[in-house]
Amino acid sequence: MSTPVNIAFELNGRKIDACVSARTTVVELLRDTFRLTGTKVSCELQVCGVCTVLVDSLAVSACSMLACDLDGTSLTTIEGVMQGTELHPIQEAFIETNAFQCGFCTPGFVMMTLALLDREPNPTVETTRDWLDGNICRCTGYQPIERAVQVASRRLAEIESDSD
Amino acid sequence: MQFKWRVGASQKLSQTVTDRRSVRRRDAFAKVTGRALFSIDKTMPHMAHAAVVRSERAHSEIISIDFGGALEAPGVLGVVTGQDLVDMAPRFGHIIADHQILAIDKVRYFGEPVAVVVAETVAQAADAAAMVWVDYRDLEPFMDAEAALRTEQLIHNSAYLGPKGGFLGIEANDSNRSNVAHTVELNWGDVEAAFAEAHVIVENRAHFPMLYAYAMETYNSIADYRGDSLHVISTAQHPVMVRKELAEIFGLPQSAVRVEVPFVGGGYGSKSYTKLEPLAAVASKAVGRPVQVTTDFEAAINTTRVDSTDITMRTAFDAEGRILAREADIIMDTGAYADNSPLVLEKCANRCFGPYRVPALRVHARAVYTNTSPASSYRGFGAPQGALAGEVNLDMAALQLGIDPVELRRRNLVAPGETLIAGKRPMDADLLADMETVAAALSQHASPEVPGIRRGRALALSASDAGASPISTAMVRMHVDGSATLLTSSTEMGQGSNTALAQIVARELTLDINQVAVGQSDTLFTPYEWTTGASRTTTIAGLAIQAACQDIWTKLRTIHANNLGIEVDTVTASRGALWVDDVPIAPSEVISEWFGAPAGEVVGVGIIRKSGSTEMLPPFWEVGVVGVEVAVYEDTGEVVIEHLVVVGDVGHSINPDLVKGQDLGAATQGLGCALWEELIYEGQQLTNPNLVEYRVPRFRDMPKRVTSVIAERGDGVGPYGAKGSGEGALNPIPAAVTSAVAQAVGVWPDRLPLNPQRVWALLSAAADEKEPE
Repeated sequence: MSTPVNIAFELNGRKIDACVSARTTVVELLRDTFRLTGTKVSCELQVCGVCTVLVDSLAVSACSMLACDLDGTSLTTIEGVMQGTELHPIQEAFIETNAFQCGFCTPGFVMMTLALLDREPNPTVETTRDWLDGNICRCTGYQPIERAVQVASRRLAEIESDSD
Repeated sequence: MQFKWRVGASQKLSQTVTDRRSVRRRDAFAKVTGRALFSIDKTMPHMAHAAVVRSERAHSEIISIDFGGALEAPGVLGVVTGQDLVDMAPRFGHIIADHQILAIDKVRYFGEPVAVVVAETVAQAADAAAMVWVDYRDLEPFMDAEAALRTEQLIHNSAYLGPKGGFLGIEANDSNRSNVAHTVELNWGDVEAAFAEAHVIVENRAHFPMLYAYAMETYNSIADYRGDSLHVISTAQHPVMVRKELAEIFGLPQSAVRVEVPFVGGGYGSKSYTKLEPLAAVASKAVGRPVQVTTDFEAAINTTRVDSTDITMRTAFDAEGRILAREADIIMDTGAYADNSPLVLEKCANRCFGPYRVPALRVHARAVYTNTSPASSYRGFGAPQGALAGEVNLDMAALQLGIDPVELRRRNLVAPGETLIAGKRPMDADLLADMETVAAALSQHASPEVPGIRRGRALALSASDAGASPISTAMVRMHVDGSATLLTSSTEMGQGSNTALAQIVARELTLDINQVAVGQSDTLFTPYEWTTGASRTTTIAGLAIQAACQDIWTKLRTIHANNLGIEVDTVTASRGALWVDDVPIAPSEVISEWFGAPAGEVVGVGIIRKSGSTEMLPPFWEVGVVGVEVAVYEDTGEVVIEHLVVVGDVGHSINPDLVKGQDLGAATQGLGCALWEELIYEGQQLTNPNLVEYRVPRFRDMPKRVTSVIAERGDGVGPYGAKGSGEGALNPIPAAVTSAVAQAVGVWPDRLPLNPQRVWALLSAAADEKEPE
């Protein structure tokens, strides 16, 4: 058995104090302890991207980060993307462009798109492909996801200009 | 983090306008919010966790298993081995019951389950599993079909291989004197005479590699065995088939076995039939608690992979390029257990010669046991394997005959209504028109000439006897407010069936789509469905649902007549209402009046069987008509898809966006088979059972241009003339890419994938041929 570690971090805006074993990964903590099952696991090698979460706004593979390293960070998961009853424009865009089928990869894609548009609000096709190349989808053939990113980028820009 | 948007802001923005039939997916909200529950997200109260001890030999007898240490480890509740498979049928398999739940006396592949350790937590189970010691006596492993065919030693040598009564007309091979699991012979016409008088004979060999379907949610199951009943939550495409096998294994009535299937994280055929469910059930039976069994990427490959094939195809042509005869020899490596491969073999035989007039045919096909991971269904079901050999053969012939490949196909394609296989349903698609669409789209776009880049273009076709068995039942409950709930055991696994099937209900009952609810399969509640496969759901389940809705109208007419004390013949149903003498009344009022309160409901039942419009098999032909333009980079051997063209010949699309989604997704998986995917055995074990070395299509691999067309001619047997979709766009892709690459490099590849190493070698071979020393 491994040594327990005390950590304090923010999970989707909520302050958390937890005691985790040193070998627990972030995705295990999310899924097993907090029952936040939106974050998925598949390849366990940081290739497929289904476990993508944001740690201090950076996209991270939750399957390969230890929970003890969350201490002092702010963690956002797919469950933290909606605000109140409203879907995020990225989520709306994924629905509108049919950017998912089985939906298993979708939370990871939404999180990576969030990170991308946070950094590059108006990404080129090349930039989009660079960022999303670390997320695998076996159902859609990716084209609808690329459209979702474009639609979301446009929406967010419109919202931005409306609020100016 | 802070989001740069405010509540309500998105609502005023315009929606992308598409076909009004393309309604939003019913699962959209759940899936973009992470709230969609998959099997892996489910738990049961008091649930324990399993770790599977897997064989580290490909072919060995088990001398002993020492799990004393594991039993003593913290949190361990029990260890189950093959010795514990008593009071039950220890083997499953819907065609050949050869698949042992846990290794009984020997292991037949590296990675086969040998023992299950059950503990309070996943980590405890995994730790203890490492303390299980298995003593083996090694046997000679037969790692490919050739070796297994050559030897006298048998991978399966027991009486359990006897026929089980047949499945879809397939009888198990009871002559267990060889490693051949199943044989298919297809013969008509005078093949010898045709070859004797041929103007040109073209022969080629094609190796279709072992693949892994990689559904991103890997196989997992929870089982709660309670002595007289069994509750399973699993990643099963065919819950009713799994229920039947579990009932047989444990001697339970089918009603006592509940198979619940939440959202499925990808299937592509790989989650067909029974997988981990018996293992989880045996573990639960042993410890008396619900037990969850999961798989990682490697264990998932070692649960089911895709059949590899070696096919030799010979075709005899006359001088005008008409096919006189085709002859195919198919060897399929089915791995350690047969699973669904006998059926895959049969379909491969039916599909390898393509949608062409073939006056004389001989197909000799064998599925061979080897000491590799067991193979079973995969999207396309033998068609991608068969088309690779058959279509490339035609393109080679076109070159030899000096006829354009499209023209060669024009001269041989079966016309609508023409028979492809005697006794089967005549062709219900216009392949010629579909092919012209693809040819036109391909020629409309030409990539510029760039030094160092070679280009090639090809199209390919396939026809699959699809739809499986036309056996389906559906229930539609119309509630007192007129809204409806659909009960079906057809599994939503991403294809969008819950949406398309709800659309059929809405159309039949004249409801808004939002008034129709549909859940996931659960054999405790949802009625019988044969399978969720063979692209059958829209067509077959759709017909059953239509019938269930008709049943509702019939019942409503009777009820209304009863309410009014008039003859039922005087009541008609149309436009969402019941009518008597031009006076309409809403179903909700009829129901309320009948029950004497705003209460009750009307339940419609629909059944489809091999009768009437679905008497003749296959229920429909699923055709695949695709084209590709490729760029081959001379300095790297890399192949890039410049243009992908797919035609979805679906008769009628209930939801065009969903059809296009299926087509692009299927075609992309086809590109994976063509260019990157291959499981590689070195010695007794896989060298690349991980997503780093097993390369699947990625975002950057997207074709530079996609043309996706839906052909709607109302020529299907399904609702409104619909036919199935989902496999067709994959089936001919590997063949089309192979021919396009051949055109670019100047040599015919005889195996996939066409990864940079292989294409580089082909380019070098072509250069050597041109410039002899």
